[in-house]
Amino acid sequence: MNATAAPVSADARSSSVSDASALPYDEMFAAPGVPRPHYRALHQTLLELAPEVLRRTQQAADLTFLHEGITFTVYGNKEGTERIFPNDLIPRIIPDDEWSRIEKGLAQRLTALNLFLRDIYNEGRILADRVVPRELIYSCRHFRNEMRELRVPRDIYVSICGTDLIRLPNGEFVVLEDNLRVPSGVSYMLANRKVLKRVFPGLFRDYGVCPVDHYPQALLSTLRSLAPAACSHDPAIVLLTPGVSNSAYFEHTFLAQQMGIELVEGRDLLVHDNVVFMRTTAGLRRVDVIYRRVDDDFMDPLCFRTDSVLGVPGLFNAYRAGNVSLANAIGTGVADDKAVYAYVPEIIRYYLKQDAILPNVPTYLLTNETNRRMVLERLDKMVVKAVGESGGYGMLIGPASTAAQREEFRQRILADPRNYIAQPTLALSSAPCLIGGEVESRHIDLRPYILFGEKVMLVPGGLTRVALPKGSLVVNSSQGGGSKDTWVLRKEETSEPRAADSRAQSQRGTVAS
Amino acid sequence: MQATDFLSTEGRRDAVMLSRVADSLYWMSRYLERAEHTARLVDVELQLWLDQSPRAGAGRWRFLLGALQTLASAEEPLRATSLLDTLVFSRVNPSSIVSCVAGARENLRHVREQCSSEMWEQLNRLYLEVMASTPEEAWLLKSHAFLRAVRNGAHLFQGITDATMSHGEGWQYIQLGRYVERTDTLASLVGAHFQRLPHAPGQTVESADYLEWIGLLRGCGAFEAYCKTYTAEIRPVQVAEFLLLNPNFPHSVRFSVDRVETALAIIADLTERRAQTPARIAGRLRAQLRFSPIEEILAAGAHLYLQSVRLECAHLHAAIRQVYFDYPVDSELPS
Repeated sequence: MNATAAPVSADARSSSVSDASALPYDEMFAAPGVPRPHYRALHQTLLELAPEVLRRTQQAADLTFLHEGITFTVYGNKEGTERIFPNDLIPRIIPDDEWSRIEKGLAQRLTALNLFLRDIYNEGRILADRVVPRELIYSCRHFRNEMRELRVPRDIYVSICGTDLIRLPNGEFVVLEDNLRVPSGVSYMLANRKVLKRVFPGLFRDYGVCPVDHYPQALLSTLRSLAPAACSHDPAIVLLTPGVSNSAYFEHTFLAQQMGIELVEGRDLLVHDNVVFMRTTAGLRRVDVIYRRVDDDFMDPLCFRTDSVLGVPGLFNAYRAGNVSLANAIGTGVADDKAVYAYVPEIIRYYLKQDAILPNVPTYLLTNETNRRMVLERLDKMVVKAVGESGGYGMLIGPASTAAQREEFRQRILADPRNYIAQPTLALSSAPCLIGGEVESRHIDLRPYILFGEKVMLVPGGLTRVALPKGSLVVNSSQGGGSKDTWVLRKEETSEPRAADSRAQSQRGTVAS
Repeated sequence: MQATDFLSTEGRRDAVMLSRVADSLYWMSRYLERAEHTARLVDVELQLWLDQSPRAGAGRWRFLLGALQTLASAEEPLRATSLLDTLVFSRVNPSSIVSCVAGARENLRHVREQCSSEMWEQLNRLYLEVMASTPEEAWLLKSHAFLRAVRNGAHLFQGITDATMSHGEGWQYIQLGRYVERTDTLASLVGAHFQRLPHAPGQTVESADYLEWIGLLRGCGAFEAYCKTYTAEIRPVQVAEFLLLNPNFPHSVRFSVDRVETALAIIADLTERRAQTPARIAGRLRAQLRFSPIEEILAAGAHLYLQSVRLECAHLHAAIRQVYFDYPVDSELPS
């Protein structure tokens, strides 16, 4: 049991980050009434726009989302399950120096995590060297024994990644969690941008914002680069969706359309002689690369969950035979398990001989007795998360919880300590948001999207998620979160922006028209 | 891939259309056509109602429900509100306007990436508009505007589709769905009408029936076009000729069958699945409509003739499924 001893990231950095009582970092203001340089022009615009104009503009934007059907599905209630993902009109602005650090940090992280996945599914060096405890990996729900010694094209397991970052009170970006299975939300990044360009064209142009519109193309070339080695022709690429009732269905259709590839459901595919075909009006056509938005469990009823009707019987064998590529690979969830997450800084050091550029949030593994006792005593101050969940499900936020909820989690933790981790409650940074026509401060996070094909690449931007209820720290769309456009500034424009007046004027003209 | 005479294969990637997608486009189109048809009929009906005695009105509604293949309980007295409930708002009746628009949208939602964003936006907008409307007494007063909005919405969708979507294979399934549905609903409506009203050859209509015949023409959106061809004198034989055999009017059976056959021929070329049952059935139907004189059709009984048209439609539908949407996989696998 000595292997599970240290909660890796906890002690090393806790001094600098665990001060939960510190005021959240304000993205716009350096001091009350004093905007940061890169927010000055936006601040000025907001001051000059009448609340009525803002309200109307927001309504027009909401209507655009509704009419274009940019919606997501909420599970757990029946009719009316399609909702628009609330969009907030006030952009979040990131200067280029901050972005380049994020970019380097995320590229480093994804490179290391891919090496880690290759290692644990093959030689297992990192386990033999006892850097990461063996039983932690093998007890992970998302570890797939079936993936052992299966080589994937370019040794890339995770080619599409969305990592959640938050900003601490001291202004430092840290990684909250990695999403290495089927991260979603990128379509909202693109939709938000489209709407913002329409609403604030003048402001947008003057700010010198890096474009994000090439994401679908970049995704397509990433997928193309993953074609099986034996595939000599232009690979046939498809996007596999669980179907119209999936919460991210809009995104699936959007990406398929933008990339010009077929959007398929499990029932459109079949496997014969370890080759995947799709059923078309002109007969069966071979499929080479599948960008799958279906979870591992549901991919192949012959191999994983036998009751799955979303998957394709025989798909895994075709994958094993190297006749089809999957993005992401099967079994990547082991690396975003929230307990394994605690070891990522060690993982980076082990494979790359570098320190992590973006630190972790201090994380307590509850298999460790000292940690467990400490956490159980302070449940009202901690955030507890189930290790294998995502989307804000299975989570306890101590300060916002009731005694009954805490008792429930106490029982759950004691029953299965491996299944939970705890983190201090962190003050997410806050940014101005438009709430009912008034500008108010809300907590936000940041999810950039990272692609890994021939090389690692990020589009400069991401999804800034907003916790819409006042004071809330939960940004997930399934839990009442919204999103806003994220402006990464071009290098030359980051210093003092031009005079604010002309901008504000052109802005007013635009909104009024 | 063999070149086809209407499309250059140059610069075009090997066209692929999922069977499921084709199926959805086809059904989307059928649903929308049905919604438009029902909206037109109900609108005409509510206007006729103003000119008729309540008894005559109730009889017509029962007939209307029959012509729309909708079951109504025989005991319940038919009132305008119950008619509207059944034909416009019912979520139980799969042919109500609300159900059809929802069905069309649901099908398009499954294949959103296949259509242009303008198409989706228009159909979604129509759906939201229809859903926002509720049955209430005051609604009768606004019914004309509503029913017109449904028709306009469907027409707008059709125009946007033609203007923004590639006229490739997917578009052909939309054509196919529209005209298969139109053939079927027209045959049903006209057949039921001829079965119900006297129509001796050569005779002009009695004044008592005049409104009914006008109603039929209006129900097919054909009154103005009919007058241009035959003047305003209403003769059943001419009405039948116009609605069944006119080659140029978009709501005639012959026009619809022509379009079905054209779409099938293009699809057969694109998919390289020629000489299959659907094309054969459509060809046979087209030949019948082209070469049967109307007198002969009426002599044998228009409704019987139209019943056989509907039967052919059903066969055609089954054959399209069998060949393009739901074929047995074994025969397709590489050996």
